[in-house]
Amino acid sequence: MKKVRLMHVSKITPIATDTIELVLNNAEVAQLAIPGQFLHIAVPGHTLRRPISIANVNGDTVTILFKTIGSGTKALASINEGDVLDVLGPNGNGFPIDTIKPSIVLLIGGGIGVPPLYYLAKTLKRKGCQVISVLGFQTKDYVFYEKQFKAIGKTYIVTDDGSYGHKGLVTDVLDDITEPFETYFSCGPLPMLKAVRDYLSVTPGYLSLEERMGCGIGACYACVIPTNDKNGYKKICQQGPVFKSEVVKL
Amino acid sequence: MNHKLAIDLPGLALKNPVMPASGCFGFGREYSQYYDLSRLGAVIMKAATGTKRLGNPTPRVAETASGMLNAIGLQNPGVDEIIRTEVPFLASYDTNIIANVAGSTIEEYVYVAKQFNNSTDVDALELNISCPNVKEGGIQFGTDAEMAARITDKVKQVSQKPVFVKLSPNVTDIVTMAKAVEAAGADGLSMINTLTGMQIHLPSRKPLLANQTGGLSGPAIKPIAIRMIYEVKQHVSIPIIGMGGIQTAEDVLEFLLAGASAVAVGTANFQNPLVCVEIIDQLPKVLKSYGFKSVNEAIGKGILYDKSNLSCP
Ligand SMILES: Cc1cc2nc3c(=O)[nH]c(=O)nc-3n(C[C@H](O)[C@H](O)[C@H](O)COP(=O)(O)OP(=O)(O)OC[C@H]3O[C@@H](n4cnc5c(N)ncnc54)[C@H](O)[C@@H]3O)c2cc1C
Ligand SMILES: Cc1cc2nc3c(=O)[nH]c(=O)nc-3n(C[C@H](O)[C@H](O)[C@H](O)COP(=O)(O)O)c2cc1C
Ligand code: FES
Repeated sequence: MKKVRLMHVSKITPIATDTIELVLNNAEVAQLAIPGQFLHIAVPGHTLRRPISIANVNGDTVTILFKTIGSGTKALASINEGDVLDVLGPNGNGFPIDTIKPSIVLLIGGGIGVPPLYYLAKTLKRKGCQVISVLGFQTKDYVFYEKQFKAIGKTYIVTDDGSYGHKGLVTDVLDDITEPFETYFSCGPLPMLKAVRDYLSVTPGYLSLEERMGCGIGACYACVIPTNDKNGYKKICQQGPVFKSEVVKL
Repeated sequence: MNHKLAIDLPGLALKNPVMPASGCFGFGREYSQYYDLSRLGAVIMKAATGTKRLGNPTPRVAETASGMLNAIGLQNPGVDEIIRTEVPFLASYDTNIIANVAGSTIEEYVYVAKQFNNSTDVDALELNISCPNVKEGGIQFGTDAEMAARITDKVKQVSQKPVFVKLSPNVTDIVTMAKAVEAAGADGLSMINTLTGMQIHLPSRKPLLANQTGGLSGPAIKPIAIRMIYEVKQHVSIPIIGMGGIQTAEDVLEFLLAGASAVAVGTANFQNPLVCVEIIDQLPKVLKSYGFKSVNEAIGKGILYDKSNLSCP
């Protein structure tokens, strides 16, 4: 049976502008988590849980990274070390790690879509993949995890205003990548995902999508995305959030 | 089985008065991974229409103070597919199955009701004449007493199973609606569905929901549900399944006192997938601590103030 899980907050670190890293303790969640899955987190005083991706797993701890954009994430940012979070998860289908052979892979993340790619990068590297990452942020002040990604493989940082790394959009640096990557994985804002999918239309790819959620487990049909298959739709919380790029209609 | 919790409704012998509300529990599969659905008094399935519907564009939900808005738009695989794939799954549990019947035309409602009537595993129908999230049908039928009565009558003609009519709170006089469907042959009432609301996204100045408006649910609507059930109970004799913002066993008792005979829990499942069984576990203690020996004993035991002594300032 699935459970409502309690996770102890063991560390809170502001790591960039409006961006918080939380290290949470729960051995079961840590053991189950695969890259791309998310936690559906109860925030006191709020009706709906907030979906946040699993950014890393270390022993018995799970790390999440989130941007404070509204009342829920602000409340989440103000909890204390030692507090307990009420969590559903790991939820959803993650990236299809088992189907990826040792090869060159490209990860493309935008803003708060970067966190799930970190655990993915680590896992693929361990499987023998050569990981190249392209990470886009608004400005220099929003950049995070550069060092961590660089420790795994070649990493390009892109900022909208050029205040750090390359100036422009993540797609602007894709031409610079000469390595013959076989698969790409992307997570970020919808316009970015569309641009990436169009740009890499001949390369097999996986996209991780976001949508406003109710239940977070597949029962309420809040989080659907139209698909090109016979069914006509999929539920992001249950059948996603990761989809093969050609399956979903963006 | 705890006999203190058992309650009989037309066509339904419930082991306890708690059931998940329509649309908040899918067809039970997801929640069955959290607990044994046989613990529930009944399961009310997600709305069924005559043919498959893809629902509204997203965003379909928004959060509000003490509640949420939804505009799912009756997405469902269609009644025949539900009977083929979902009803057998639920029938494998020792609980009652209530089918939520929706549509755009009277003919569609009648078709859906007929199909469920032929499914031996379905125990009762909940006639959803109150969905605020579809362009035609739904709430149209639920805000016009004559229409509500007509559709109740037509569905009753094709259904040997008990029909609970789900009332919309988006009306000025809920009692008129309740009396109209009772006179048309309804076996019971379900109340309340969601209240139409809207939220505007400041940066874009656009409604947050793609459907513009949505149905408000959760604790925010509980006082309205209690008031409406209390009013309706004074004027009808058919039983009421109460819902709207229930989160705890205390809330259930409040609904019973107002006049509900059983309850449905919707939005709270999203917060806590175990909420229905936790309420069932707590209910005996809560009944006892307020002086009731059983669910049956508490129904309609809310006490009205004597208004004759009150004068307006
Ligand atoms: C599968 C998934 C994984 C995610 N992973 C991360 C992550 O790792 N880090 C991170 O910072 N953010 C992530 N998000 C986005 C995050 O869920 C939202 O930023 C957050 O819910 C906003 O809540 P709020 O109360 O601060 O904002 P508000 O705007 O006040 O929220 C109001 C409502 O809208 C919902 N909402 C608002 N924006 C989003 C959004 N972009 N996606 C989904 N729901 C939204 C909220 O959950 C809430 O129900 C993820 C979203 C999904 C669907
Ligand atoms: C996401 C969602 C979907 C719903 N879908 C249906 C539906 O298909 N049919 C129906 O009769 N009511 C539907 N409802 C209304 C609920 O069954 C219930 O009447 C209402 O939400 C009030 O209860 P609550 O406050 O406990 O959620 C839906 C409510 C929500 C929140
Ligand atoms: S959030 Fe309920 S189905 Fe995805």
